[in-house]
Amino acid sequence: MTQFIIKSIGQRIVLLFFISIISHSIVHLAPGEPSLVDPSNPRMKAEDIQRIRAAFHLDEPLHVQYVYWMKDLFTDELKSFKDNQPVLKKIWDRFLNSLPLFIVGTLITWFLAFPVGIKAAINRGSTFDKTGTFLAYALISIPGFFLSYICIIFMVKTFNVPVIGMRTFGLEDAGLLFRSMDRVWHWTIPSLMSAVAGVAILSRYVRSQMLEVINQDYIRTARAKGLSEDAVIYRHGLRNALLPFITMFGLIIPGLIGGSVIFETIFAWPGMGRLGFEAILARDFPVILTLNFISAILVLVGTLISDILYAVVDPRIKF
Amino acid sequence: MNTITEKQDAEGLKPAVSLFRERWDIFKRNRTAYSSFIFLIVLLAIAFAGKALTRWFVVFDPQQVRLPEKFLPPLTSFTSKITSAEDAPAFNIYLMGTDELGRDVFARMLEGTSVSLTVGFVAVGISVALGIIFGGIAGYYGKKKFGFLTVDTIIMRFVDIMLCFPTFFLILTVVALLPPSIYNIMIVIGLTSWMGTARFVRAEFLTLRELDFVAAARSQAIPEWRIIFIHMTPNAIAPVLVSATIGVASAILIESSLSFLGFGVQPPDATWGNILADGKQFIFDAPWITFIPGFSILFVVLAFNLCGEGLREAFNPKLQEGK
Repeated sequence: MTQFIIKSIGQRIVLLFFISIISHSIVHLAPGEPSLVDPSNPRMKAEDIQRIRAAFHLDEPLHVQYVYWMKDLFTDELKSFKDNQPVLKKIWDRFLNSLPLFIVGTLITWFLAFPVGIKAAINRGSTFDKTGTFLAYALISIPGFFLSYICIIFMVKTFNVPVIGMRTFGLEDAGLLFRSMDRVWHWTIPSLMSAVAGVAILSRYVRSQMLEVINQDYIRTARAKGLSEDAVIYRHGLRNALLPFITMFGLIIPGLIGGSVIFETIFAWPGMGRLGFEAILARDFPVILTLNFISAILVLVGTLISDILYAVVDPRIKF
Repeated sequence: MNTITEKQDAEGLKPAVSLFRERWDIFKRNRTAYSSFIFLIVLLAIAFAGKALTRWFVVFDPQQVRLPEKFLPPLTSFTSKITSAEDAPAFNIYLMGTDELGRDVFARMLEGTSVSLTVGFVAVGISVALGIIFGGIAGYYGKKKFGFLTVDTIIMRFVDIMLCFPTFFLILTVVALLPPSIYNIMIVIGLTSWMGTARFVRAEFLTLRELDFVAAARSQAIPEWRIIFIHMTPNAIAPVLVSATIGVASAILIESSLSFLGFGVQPPDATWGNILADGKQFIFDAPWITFIPGFSILFVVLAFNLCGEGLREAFNPKLQEGK
């Protein structure tokens, strides 16, 4: 077991190295440079551009730039091109903003998808199953931002609640209850919207996984020895159906950055996805690269944890 | 050849229907999937007609700007005295209203149909081609050494690396850094979505390469690329077909998301995505500019998803037994 963990950590470090090289080359080889973001500014003279390029090491060959990036990243010296702030601190601040949204969204996803999927699998072919399936496909197929706009208009018109941003401006002096209710309302819609696609996909998975398990022989055995239906479904069925979902833990983590770009833009939420989007617009290479690098680390850690958990939970897997 | 079929007939061994025919009949029985398939065929016809009528014989002109005529609701007939008669929309009616520049939304939607579908199909074409090439090579040459690593290891580790990137963020980065062009969007979406196909193809090839027909092909000294692409690939195509159908759906969605952020297909080309993205500013004054493309995307993507799911069920014998 220890050997397996050490080996997979080693493999992942090699993978991470290649990922960093590839993302570094993609970002640096693509046309467009930080010095070209504002070409119409009359105060930008040729020597200014030259000075900027020298300061950012943009004239060095690619591999030297890569070494500079790696060195600065690990010594915590990495500065954003845009405002000269330390990159890691910037990302950390935004990460703390994204985290509640991500956690609430994930909780909604898992707590909604499992009951729906299980119920659909048990009553296969029923009206509930058919409506659920169709609704799931409809929710996967609708563009997220379109649904969000409809939802924003609906919520604001019907319930008269604030939804844009993280908090209502000017409410700092209000009572604690007011402030926390305000916060909750601001969380609700964005996390609900980012959970929608997840609920649809996950409930489909749960349904097919449950169907596969329910047709197994040991379920028939459990029924034959006279267990109650609840015990059959939840103790014998669900526990076996749950196994593949451990792997999904690793796969939901990249959603923290990639999936949130759209929703954080719509809801003006100052999170990681929005930071990435702003960095792309400003050609802020250190921020883009570091975000990519961090999300790759998150994915690799997630898959590592799910691999280990899998081995712990399922006694049939041996190393 | 003839004698074989006669013999099969005599012994009753010949399958009554071909494998494809059988699967197709199963697919047809799934009514939702089959009706979405018909819907997609109709859509394809509309896309061709739209391309022809907006580009080659301009009946509906999507780029005609009529500033006095802006924000007219759907089904308004053309009665303007200011705009000259030759700028009038086809049949003197704005079927889907006009947008903020007085352009005919119906004409723009028609043009957008072909552009949106092209983006979807080309992107998926690229990803399927890459997936078959990488998956096929990894599956066929599997254990062959290349230095101290096997071919399989190199390719599958590369797939792992690609899977670690946050896809949408990567697409956004590349599309934003490259000069805006519809071709870049198709290529980038294609280049970032081939990994699933490669995995399916590799898994199929691992079983296929041990089968007799491959050994027979090899014994006839047929070149290896022919064995891979002409003999083995058609046998591994079913899961690829399924993921390609769903891939078109997600490519259309990705294009619309990119348009929303301002990096999609640039004007004057119209796609459903950028009509929707432009219309969202006027959602209170002119809701039709947002809702028409929004629901079109919803229905088309839904049709692709349902059709893909129907194909998956038809081509997967395991799912059939459960019924």
